[in-house]
Amino acid sequence: MLRAESSPGGLLLQLEGAWQAPAAASVEAALRAVVLPAAGTVTLESLAEGPLDLAAASLLQVFEQRCRDAGLAVAWQGVRPPALGIVDRYQPLKPLEAPADALRTLPTTDSLATVRHHRYALPAEALGRRTLESWRGLRQAMVLLGRIVVAFGRGVVQPSRLRGTSVARHVYETGVQAIPIVSLIAFLIAVIVAYIGAQQLRNFGGEIFVVDLITLSVLRELAVLLTAIIVAGRSGSAFAAELGAMRLNEEVDALEAMGLEPVEVLVLPRVLALVIALPLLTIVADFMGLAGGAVLSWSLVDIPFNQFLTRMDESIAPTTFWAGLLKAPVFALLIALVGTLRGLQVRGSSRELGRLTTVAVVQGIFLVILADALFAVLYLEIDF
Amino acid sequence: MSGLYAMAPVISARGIVNRFGTQVVHNGVDLDVYPGEVFGIVGGSGSGKSVLLRTLLGLQRPRAGEVWIDGRTVVAEGDPAATAPREVKRRYGVTFQHGALFSSLTVRQNIEVPMIEHLGLSPAARRRLADLRLALVGLPLAAGDKYPAQLSGGMVKRAALARALALDPPLLFLDEPTSGLDPIAATGFDQLLLELQRQLGLTVVMITHDLDTLFGTCNRLGVLVDGKMVSGTVDEILANPHPWIQEYFGGLRGRAALAGSGRQWPAGLRTSAQAGIGG
Repeated sequence: MLRAESSPGGLLLQLEGAWQAPAAASVEAALRAVVLPAAGTVTLESLAEGPLDLAAASLLQVFEQRCRDAGLAVAWQGVRPPALGIVDRYQPLKPLEAPADALRTLPTTDSLATVRHHRYALPAEALGRRTLESWRGLRQAMVLLGRIVVAFGRGVVQPSRLRGTSVARHVYETGVQAIPIVSLIAFLIAVIVAYIGAQQLRNFGGEIFVVDLITLSVLRELAVLLTAIIVAGRSGSAFAAELGAMRLNEEVDALEAMGLEPVEVLVLPRVLALVIALPLLTIVADFMGLAGGAVLSWSLVDIPFNQFLTRMDESIAPTTFWAGLLKAPVFALLIALVGTLRGLQVRGSSRELGRLTTVAVVQGIFLVILADALFAVLYLEIDF
Repeated sequence: MSGLYAMAPVISARGIVNRFGTQVVHNGVDLDVYPGEVFGIVGGSGSGKSVLLRTLLGLQRPRAGEVWIDGRTVVAEGDPAATAPREVKRRYGVTFQHGALFSSLTVRQNIEVPMIEHLGLSPAARRRLADLRLALVGLPLAAGDKYPAQLSGGMVKRAALARALALDPPLLFLDEPTSGLDPIAATGFDQLLLELQRQLGLTVVMITHDLDTLFGTCNRLGVLVDGKMVSGTVDEILANPHPWIQEYFGGLRGRAALAGSGRQWPAGLRTSAQAGIGG
């Protein structure tokens, strides 16, 4: 890299080998290792292969400055590499002390006071920020909901604005395509509930009540809740990612500039589709859950299918099925609202897209469970 | 100049064929780029300029044909696994048409990405080099802390160029580097490119529709017509009788740019454009 030779007038440094970017790390190390003489001139000579590039020149420029700061003169034997000229022109060196000085002047008594102030204020400030942020989020959600209702109202008056094709596509993607996974999970969950229930009830000789357990838990709670959670993961994320990518690509702006309303074109069809698809999926899950329970009751506690059906008929009230199904459209609205809102909030970067998609799923699931809890209280109060 | 072309080409492509469905984009493109030259790729919209660039970079696998960079095979016929080795990739910088900056990183971090990956410098030296690139392309240092989404279109172009220059590549691929820049910035860009190219001996391959850039900076041109490439010095291309080439360079804009570059329309050509030159 660098051959150093002491001479009476100072130091002679000869640049050898490749002084280009790929070797930048060794160039930096070689220059740092140079021991400067006490006085005199540092003479540089380029014997490097090929022209020096900007990376090497920038490192050399810093080195020249280091020599000058040490009170030495710098001279070039032969031509000074032209790349150094470019670096000098575009990035002239400031005196090296400048940044150090700036650092030293920073912490005054004044700024220390703010630091101490901050230490106590920080948690409060964070709490305040989060509160405001949540409030803002809630308000945006309300605004979006309002726009959806308005768009829906316009659609009722003028049905062509409901965009049937788009709704159908989303019903297919969020509903029909989710049938296999929803069926499988409903079946398995009913099997698990039946299995645990049968074991416990056997102790009391009340195996037949496993039918009540399955019927009530599947119809009232499990089918709709699990379906909603699966759909929040599948479709809530898809909504957020699709709309977010359209945001990044300025497609939403393009729609708006064309005089189309993004809420009507993008949000309403998704909301409507999910409100249609989730109840239907819930019915599928109801059937599969009961089937799973029936299969396990037969194989584990020897309840034949016809006895299962009779017992099921006795155990349910006329409202049991509806108690579960009624929740589905509400869950669907929450999932679609969060998914589309988070998608539309994406700004600027792909990291935002990922973050908001995650938020959409997490909040979607959270809201579904919260709403389910409120439904439980409500049903108890009105004795549904 | 004449000695230049006695050297082995930096980039060679032979018999490149690209098809999308039934649409034939390239039907046997041959191309040679020699060290130290600025090679401009010209062609109508949809003639496959960007596809050709992507093919040279190994991002797009052609149906047939071979590509060499620095004598190393980048794309080999019948060997779908062949790609540019890491040492070759380190030797070229690329700007994409829409910048392709990493949107979750600041501009300075964008420039530092290839440095961190390939150079192993100290953070201070790396930052200094990144700032040098910013200054080179005419961006204020404050722009280094901004995210790509906060930049204007022209600044994105510059930032992309700064990132392409991060490793001091001897070879630069530029896809429409001056489109979307105002004329002052575009001229500044041309001058910067020429200076870098002369001082550091860069080889540049660029796609451009900017005729001022073409005449001002390019040593040779390659014109994509009818799925093939016609290449030669600017004067040779101007003398080519192909109707599309004549229309492209002989139109109003072509004549103005030509006059501005101090060139002459080649004598002895029967073209309506001739009357407008030098008058």
